[in-house]
Amino acid sequence: MQFETVFSLGQTALELGLISSLTVLALFLSYSMLNVCDLSTDGCFTLGATVGAAVAIAGHPYLSIAAAMLAGVVSGFIVAVLQTKMGINSLLAGIIVNTALYSINIAVMNNASVLNMFQTVTVFTKMKEAVRGTFLERFDKTVIALIAVALVVVFLSLFLKTKIGLAIRATGNNPAMVRSSSINPVMTTIIGLCISNSFTALSGCLLAQSNKSVNIDIGSGMVTIALASLLIGNVFASKGKIPVRALGAVLGAVIFRLVYTIALRFNMPAFMLKFVSSVIVIIAIAGPYLKQQLPMLRRRLGHKSGSAENTEDALC
Amino acid sequence: MLRIEKITKTFNPGTVNAKTAIKDLSLHVEKGDFITIIGANGAGKSTLFNAISGTFFTDSGKIFLDGEDITLTVEHKRAKSIGRLFQDPMLGSAPGMTIEENLALAAGHGGWLSTVSKADKKLFREKLSMLGMGLEDRMSQPVGLLSGGQRQALTLMMATINPPKLLLLDEHTAALDPATAEKVIELTESIVESENLTCLMITHNMDSALQLGNRTLMMNDGNIIFDASGEKRKGLTVNDLLDLFKEAAGKSLSNDRMLLSE
Repeated sequence: MQFETVFSLGQTALELGLISSLTVLALFLSYSMLNVCDLSTDGCFTLGATVGAAVAIAGHPYLSIAAAMLAGVVSGFIVAVLQTKMGINSLLAGIIVNTALYSINIAVMNNASVLNMFQTVTVFTKMKEAVRGTFLERFDKTVIALIAVALVVVFLSLFLKTKIGLAIRATGNNPAMVRSSSINPVMTTIIGLCISNSFTALSGCLLAQSNKSVNIDIGSGMVTIALASLLIGNVFASKGKIPVRALGAVLGAVIFRLVYTIALRFNMPAFMLKFVSSVIVIIAIAGPYLKQQLPMLRRRLGHKSGSAENTEDALC
Repeated sequence: MLRIEKITKTFNPGTVNAKTAIKDLSLHVEKGDFITIIGANGAGKSTLFNAISGTFFTDSGKIFLDGEDITLTVEHKRAKSIGRLFQDPMLGSAPGMTIEENLALAAGHGGWLSTVSKADKKLFREKLSMLGMGLEDRMSQPVGLLSGGQRQALTLMMATINPPKLLLLDEHTAALDPATAEKVIELTESIVESENLTCLMITHNMDSALQLGNRTLMMNDGNIIFDASGEKRKGLTVNDLLDLFKEAAGKSLSNDRMLLSE
């Protein structure tokens, strides 16, 4: 394989990794900090993609980013209100919203399941023009992805140190303590999910615009893929300060994409992506649990209950 | 300071499991009172604390704190004026966050988007050094690394960093080893005294029930059956309390933790 091919594959993996790392950072906030498994992620990712595409096609490349994020905030708000104010189980709230978003997304795409943006001006085409002729010429997508990731990481690092940020972290860590600190855990959950879903939508929006097309399945399985990336990131930075952990999440997303790209080169069929991400999540969560159970399992296997020899010993 | 008027709470009403945990209970607490509360398991002590702090709303009756009717005020709003410690040291702090972050949340200084200020850090250091546990040098460590006693002392600090109108201590030393428990009791006494806090403390230790504070209540079957303060309380011994309990409750204490702590 030529160097050029390797480089280009690596670059594509990096771009995809960075763009999807925005969803990973969203889960970093909702899953790691707030301790809510937000199953509306798939639908919200697609929502960001469809809203972003629709607004961009209407001729507003910059507004499309803001519109996508705002749509994410609304989606997150609904998930949060369902689980905090309506007595709906948190997992179920996510699934319900996810299902509803399927219809919304078709509606946003004007009753189609695919939108093309080949002629559309987006932030990516703007960037392509801006860097034409400079040394960044072939890195237009990478630059946008890097800027977005940097902004989100910096935002999270600063935000999670503020009073409201601390309250959100405490809500995931010990809700009883939050109430006794005279903070309303309903409020922290709502704010946390609004912010995390705005990142998920941003992620979907950027992926669609860099692909120049969006289809209704663009977000399917995203929650598992992002969770797998997050857990890979935890291998490198599960403890430590927030910025380090956030960067770990980004690294996890990039590594996931790199490994996936390499696997494709070794003739793994592309449709295996979701299977692999599921297996990674299972290993990452079940692994530590099983490791904990191992000593007891060994003891059970080595334990001979009531054999004749032992009984005799006991009698003497 | 705290006025409770005929509150009642029934759990699982209308089912076979219906249990009236508090029955027509009234209590008047003066500002600066330090009241110890004793009673058998299931007497309604913790339920009374839950009712005061708003974990649930009572079925009837009224609760006033500092002249304000808080009967229907939600828990996190009451928490502004009520500090509370539980038996389980793990309940009062967030293990994944640092000591400093926990204290910052408890202190709640500044606006929602403000971060921990230098003045706050200095205040936290000073307060922590008063505990004498060396925690002031571990402010950036997660609370999950602390021992039960250290966590309970920290929780006490968190509950009193903004002196609450009312401090509720629900057997807050029962899960600690005797030496640590004694230390936490000493800390409690000194903080309650220096901040001149109004405090209710549930305990199973009859000695501390009589030694600490200025008034002792005994609860049974969802109500206060004995209330001693001033001269009446001075002459009391642990045996008197046990006798009183048998007499008032009309049953023996054969199978109760209270006997063990004689």
